Amino acid sequence: MSYNADEKGYYGEFGGAFIPEMLYPNTEELRHNYIRIMDEPSFKKEFDQLLKDYVGRPTPLYHAKRLSKKYNTKIYLKREDLCHTGAHKINNTIGQILMAKKLGKNRIIAETGAGQHGVATATVCALMGIQCVVYMGEVDIARQAPNVARMKMLGAEVRPALSGSRTLKDATNEAIRDWINNPVDTHYIIGSVVGPHPYPDMVARFQSVISEEIKAQLKEKEGTENPDYVVACVGGGSNAAGAFYHYLDNPDVGVIAVEAAGKGINSGESAATSVLGKVGIIHGSKTLLMQTTDGQITEPYSISAGLDYPGVGPMHAHLYRSGRGEFVSITDDDAMKAGLLLSKLEGIIPAIESSHALALLEQKTFKPDDIVVINLSGRGDKDLDTYINYFKL
Amino acid sequence: MNRINQKLEEDKKILSIYFTAGYPKLNDTVKIIQDLEKNGVDLIEIGLPFSDPLADGPTIQKSSTAALKNGMHTELLFEQLKDIRKTVSIPLIIMGYFNPIFQYGVEAFCKRCQEIGIDGLILPDLPLDVYLKDYEAIFVKYGLINVFLITPQTSDKRIKQIDKASNGFIYMVSSASTTGATTGFGEEQKTYFGRIAALNLNNPQIVGFGINNAETFDQATQTTAGAIIGSAFIKHITQFGIDTISDFIKTIR
Repeated sequence: MSYNADEKGYYGEFGGAFIPEMLYPNTEELRHNYIRIMDEPSFKKEFDQLLKDYVGRPTPLYHAKRLSKKYNTKIYLKREDLCHTGAHKINNTIGQILMAKKLGKNRIIAETGAGQHGVATATVCALMGIQCVVYMGEVDIARQAPNVARMKMLGAEVRPALSGSRTLKDATNEAIRDWINNPVDTHYIIGSVVGPHPYPDMVARFQSVISEEIKAQLKEKEGTENPDYVVACVGGGSNAAGAFYHYLDNPDVGVIAVEAAGKGINSGESAATSVLGKVGIIHGSKTLLMQTTDGQITEPYSISAGLDYPGVGPMHAHLYRSGRGEFVSITDDDAMKAGLLLSKLEGIIPAIESSHALALLEQKTFKPDDIVVINLSGRGDKDLDTYINYFKL
Repeated sequence: MNRINQKLEEDKKILSIYFTAGYPKLNDTVKIIQDLEKNGVDLIEIGLPFSDPLADGPTIQKSSTAALKNGMHTELLFEQLKDIRKTVSIPLIIMGYFNPIFQYGVEAFCKRCQEIGIDGLILPDLPLDVYLKDYEAIFVKYGLINVFLITPQTSDKRIKQIDKASNGFIYMVSSASTTGATTGFGEEQKTYFGRIAALNLNNPQIVGFGINNAETFDQATQTTAGAIIGSAFIKHITQFGIDTISDFIKTIR
């Protein structure tokens, strides 16, 4: 079985491009060109150079000894939190801004939830001197003021999404509407492995540098490229797609996707799409999504704004359905505890998204000689307010 | 013969009106349809509201959100429409996004449409290739016309593919925009209308997006079979209520 997208962007039954005709020329242009452009030596050279000199790659693969001791297994952390702008998101925005330049686009749009992808997009637009508009739900703008300020400092225009629930899914709708209205000069930088083909595949390829590095680094440290497990949190699923990518065809490596259970799977306030979702269409992709019986898309909940998405990338829906991926959900409380634990044991304050992946260690017992790589997708600076309020710091 | 095809054979420019089912009030659906027919409208698009209408501008977004809040859902719409053919003979199209129909079950949905007397569907986010592969046979089985969209950016080659897959009319989106976004037609539209007319397509074209008065209606229908009005109609009934539908239609023709 293949775990990569086929030519039409399907992962098993999931994926495709369920888009209004207005978006057909835009996505066709991308679909025809993205692999060719990514394979061009000049593109590769510039992409690799920027990842090295600007993003700070390769990020370390860190053997977390105290954490390993506590859980009696061998734990490595892939330090995406050390990337410029504080998370893995910039791997993708660097790739897509170069793609946009190759396609001759002079205007960039993006959606953002918590603001991490918005900041990563505004950053690369500043770097390249390209106009940038970021759509962000009005509700998120109010609760993520520092990231809004960062985007403004970087020269981006932040436009509030006022429709629907005024959060990430609505910001995505607004970005798509902008693209419908500006089909020729604008490139839409989607922040996750979601949306119509070729986005899930393109974003996964840009993020695949994560597992490419893990392989080389683990080989050096352990004499093998392959851990027993790779663990990553999943909202839309871009950091997980990158961390899993080069391991998907190797059945000896277990891949574990950690979703946000919010206040509990059955609480009505959750974002655990694999458990609560049904097959449907969201943002141009056939995938698992949280919806009413009538097919209206519902609003998810997680303490972590980055996991607060009602769908999941089609690659992950396929990993779940095919059984290739193990899917686990972690509550707000367990994630927060895991974040605090990593801070105290290893001196690393993780993003709350990444804390969900870390909390797996309480839920699943690994063998002492297992090698477990956890993708530490982002740092916790952006979440300080949430940590402060939660722990009354 | 399907009512849409019959209507298209008449020697007149088609005026098609879109409204969102369940808006302004949950049970306005039937009265709006009856009044539109009474006032000489030729074709009606009944909007099945969706939580995330990607191709729509603020007016239809708001009417959809309000309709859902009022309690509109797929089964209820079918309930409201079950006796509609006892009172109206105008061609009826349901316009909606694909997910609610996918959840209802495409075949079950089409079957209900046929039972009620719906003549066609417009599903902007059901792409041509998926329709042809998975659903065309079902639409045909239940006598439903599927209407595809084209835009100024659609290539001649693709327009011909769409023409081939169509069996009623082609929905010609007037400009690169979401619904309700444009005001008036300029050079770009002239060129576009001319280009499409020169293709000599098998299916007539009906223009939508950006039509809001007699002037834009006339411009849109010079080389085409008709025009569709959505946002402007919804704005009207939002402001003046549904008892004034005749006032609105008089401003168009």
